[in-house]
Amino acid sequence: MKSDRLTIAGRSHPSRLIVGTGKYPGFEVMRRAIEASGASIVTVAVRRVDLSRRGGESLLDHIDTKQVTLLPNTAGCYTAEEAIRTARLAREAGLSELIKLEVIGDERTLFPDNEGLLQATRVLVKEGFTVLPYTNDDLVVARRLRDAGAAAVMPLAAPIGSGLGIQNAVNLGLILDEIRDIPVIVDAGVGTASDAAVVMEMGADGVLMNTGIAGAVDPIKMARAMRLAVEAGRLAAEAGRIPKKLHASTSSPIEGLLR
Amino acid sequence: MTIVLNGEPHEFPPGASVLALLEAIGLAPGRVAVEVNGRIARREGFARALLRENDRVEVVHFVGGG
Repeated sequence: MKSDRLTIAGRSHPSRLIVGTGKYPGFEVMRRAIEASGASIVTVAVRRVDLSRRGGESLLDHIDTKQVTLLPNTAGCYTAEEAIRTARLAREAGLSELIKLEVIGDERTLFPDNEGLLQATRVLVKEGFTVLPYTNDDLVVARRLRDAGAAAVMPLAAPIGSGLGIQNAVNLGLILDEIRDIPVIVDAGVGTASDAAVVMEMGADGVLMNTGIAGAVDPIKMARAMRLAVEAGRLAAEAGRIPKKLHASTSSPIEGLLR
Repeated sequence: MTIVLNGEPHEFPPGASVLALLEAIGLAPGRVAVEVNGRIARREGFARALLRENDRVEVVHFVGGG
């Protein structure tokens, strides 16, 4: 275990925290939050250029792409075909093979469509993409994604943007226990710093979050909290926690007590 | 000629290239991706990719997302 770096498809990144760029009140807050998070990978979405708002500020004016790696997503795609199309456009816009693959199956929960996700993963891997699929917490699906050539699996801890924290510790634990050859990055559900620390303590290789930071009252402060939580959780996982016991055991010696 | 650009009809001079279209709408070619009739137009070929009447062109870029 190496605490400080996250390796995806042979490329090593200096932070285990991946942050989104959506939902910020403005570009300046976003820029400072990314900086405070220490994240070295940031997600972006692919959308039509709004032709009615020419000459406005662009997202990339506020992201130092020499410092951070862009991870485009296929958010909003409901079929494998849409996601594949979006991934190809993302590769052309960003000149990189990295893609956070989302194929959504349900509008209210934003849960993934397993079948479409697997299908799109197979096609994109064949086309040379480094595919990071956002998946549900199903071990069997995670295994199939890995076997299809995914560079990581990114199971949710709770619905996207819900801030509910870890609702599926057993299912995440089963994935973390078995998927050891590619990174497991917990994506979605983190509401506050302790959630991030807990998933890292459980053995996750990384955490991806957007709303947990962008939606906080002070996103910059929360970004720093998340950075520290991810580091603390990782260190604790490496350090090895003490076993839980039902009864107390003294921390101070019994010998030499005044009688 | 009429081009359907990001879902809306727009008038451009006949034979305009993808590069000319991007210049006309004020976009730097380095930060966008372009699809013509469902196929990716490669950036290095923007100047040579000539558009035709009723072509469906999509111009996308990166925005904030999670």
